[in-house]
Amino acid sequence: MSAEFDRKIHITLEDANLQLAVYTATGRLKEKRIEAVGPESLPDYQELRTQANAIKKHAIDNLDHYLEEFERNVEARGGKVVYCKDATEVSDFVLSIAKERGARLIVKSKSMTTEEVDLNERLEHHGLESVETDLGEYILQLAHQKPYHIVAPALHMTRYDVAEIFTQSLHVPNETVPEKQTAIARAVLRQKFLDADMGISGANFLVADSGAVVIVENEGNARLTTSAPKIHITVAGIEKVIPRAQDLVTFLKLLARSATGQLLSVYTSFLSGPRRPGELDGPEEFYVVLLDNGRTKLLPDRTRRQSLYCIRCGACLNTCPVYRKIGGHSFPWVYSGPIGAIITPQFMGVSHEPGLPFASSLCGACGEVCPVKIDIPRILLELRSDVKKSEAREKQNRLEKLAFRAFAWLMTHPRIYEMAGRIGASMAPAGDEGWVRNVPTAMNVAPVRAWLSQRDLPPSPAKSFREMWRQR
Amino acid sequence: MADVLERLGYRVDFPEDQTCCGQPAFNSGYRAEARTVARHFIKTFERCERIVAPSGSCTAMVTHHFAELFQKEPDTLARIHDLEARVWEFSTFLTEVAGVEDVGARMEDVVTFHDGCHALRELGIARAPRRLLANVRGLELREMMPAEECCGFGGTFSVKFAELSGAMARTKIEAIVKTGANTVVSLDPSCLMQIQGALSRAGSRVRTMHLAEVLASR
Repeated sequence: MSAEFDRKIHITLEDANLQLAVYTATGRLKEKRIEAVGPESLPDYQELRTQANAIKKHAIDNLDHYLEEFERNVEARGGKVVYCKDATEVSDFVLSIAKERGARLIVKSKSMTTEEVDLNERLEHHGLESVETDLGEYILQLAHQKPYHIVAPALHMTRYDVAEIFTQSLHVPNETVPEKQTAIARAVLRQKFLDADMGISGANFLVADSGAVVIVENEGNARLTTSAPKIHITVAGIEKVIPRAQDLVTFLKLLARSATGQLLSVYTSFLSGPRRPGELDGPEEFYVVLLDNGRTKLLPDRTRRQSLYCIRCGACLNTCPVYRKIGGHSFPWVYSGPIGAIITPQFMGVSHEPGLPFASSLCGACGEVCPVKIDIPRILLELRSDVKKSEAREKQNRLEKLAFRAFAWLMTHPRIYEMAGRIGASMAPAGDEGWVRNVPTAMNVAPVRAWLSQRDLPPSPAKSFREMWRQR
Repeated sequence: MADVLERLGYRVDFPEDQTCCGQPAFNSGYRAEARTVARHFIKTFERCERIVAPSGSCTAMVTHHFAELFQKEPDTLARIHDLEARVWEFSTFLTEVAGVEDVGARMEDVVTFHDGCHALRELGIARAPRRLLANVRGLELREMMPAEECCGFGGTFSVKFAELSGAMARTKIEAIVKTGANTVVSLDPSCLMQIQGALSRAGSRVRTMHLAEVLASR
């Protein structure tokens, strides 16, 4: 584990206000989800999960076919599809269009994919103004922060934090009432929508059989982003493609319920190409950028390929006892929580943060709530094995490797195992006063110290189980 | 556990060659070492009629992960499939194999039950231990909210991420203490060690017991 990862976890655990904010907010989302997928609200929930998994499996197994079909259908409607392999290709494309058309101001709706490629920073670097229009994302942009959560980017902030950010960045009077804060943001953003030369959005689904981009949201900002400016660019990961429009029946039932406990998001928008003759609104130019950025690396392996099924609902974050303690910013990349722990090492390579797949008690709660049934715990276990193989190649962490070799040897030599147990028991403190807080120097090794930093240890038993068994 | 099984008329053997299922190595990413230990487990237990484990986690390792380790060894895989059908977690062995929900135990106490993650999510065990506890004379079961949230043990996770694991344990014991129970019962010694360790550190008088200890009480 890197010192940076360790430090971020530590400062989050130490921050009592942050702990309360994150635990409460995720707890609320968790409870709402449980109700929304419960037997009274959605009796066929488990069948829908199975179906969603089957559709995603089919789509990812036949990704080339469905991407081509999607591309044909987008282009038949006058749009254009662009394939990008990484962050640079995405920003180069957006910059080239902006330059050709003389665009200066860009409005953006919420998109994890553009966060993944640091699109705002890259565009601003070239003198363009790129404004986030989702309220949470807008607050974060003003505060120069990355999203804390896949679905609720400013989940860690209180309204007092927001008041401070607005006062500092927008020079408005201190305002702590959320409705009034929203009105402040709205006034700024409405003008941005009217002035913008270009809109950039993400996508929840790319529908192959109709060439449609589907976006779900609650604020209406994505609808404005995709319809008001003359040029529209959707940036989406290649894994977002689904075969048919009718598959949405399954996914839309699961997505909002899993994410926020809503039966359906407030807005579900279908974008299919630029404005046609006679239509009153919509962009004049329509582009879909399909991003790889490491995704195709997952395709050869059947188990790991499942990671691409994710519909970014965030349910695994809200239910994860680790995420709820360490929050989103402890994670090494924009994707946090259990899904972040499996896609980050696969997109970026395991050595990006070797500690990440190990930051889990393997409780399995993530797999249980995943609406598309990604076996997250199993993939975490495989990634742990990858990390150890990579460490062995790099000759790192040799002491631990040695310890596990010794463990395997001891566990295959029962007599010596028993003797080792006896020696350990004779060294350990007896339990005259219950569980123990200190151990003798000889036992004071790093893992024991780590345990004792938080918890007590059981005292040495008077007799081992084997001794008791023999005397029965 | 042996006492309870013998009272039900089973002949209990304890193969003295047994050590570990290998889960610590497997969960830490050391698959070759885990395979070595798993082979020893298979060799030690494969001639037993039924194997009962006082742990959901060890049971799940054998029934859900051994096969994953030996995908490239068809012969071992066949032995594993033969073995895994005979491996039972203690509480489900009682309710499903022995067909017993009342073992005739008595314990005057207010208890709360902690669901071990592997027992609950990998083996789907939630009902069996609660039915068994409901039939213990003098015992009152008070559910904690939430019972299914992890105690934060997680094997080597508990020392690799000690501070985080400790924070998870403290959230767990908050839920336990809120019930007013004197005793926490679970199916897994490792959860119990984490919970008891945190309770003891917090100066709480609440104790932990394995389900087998409760069911052996008279």
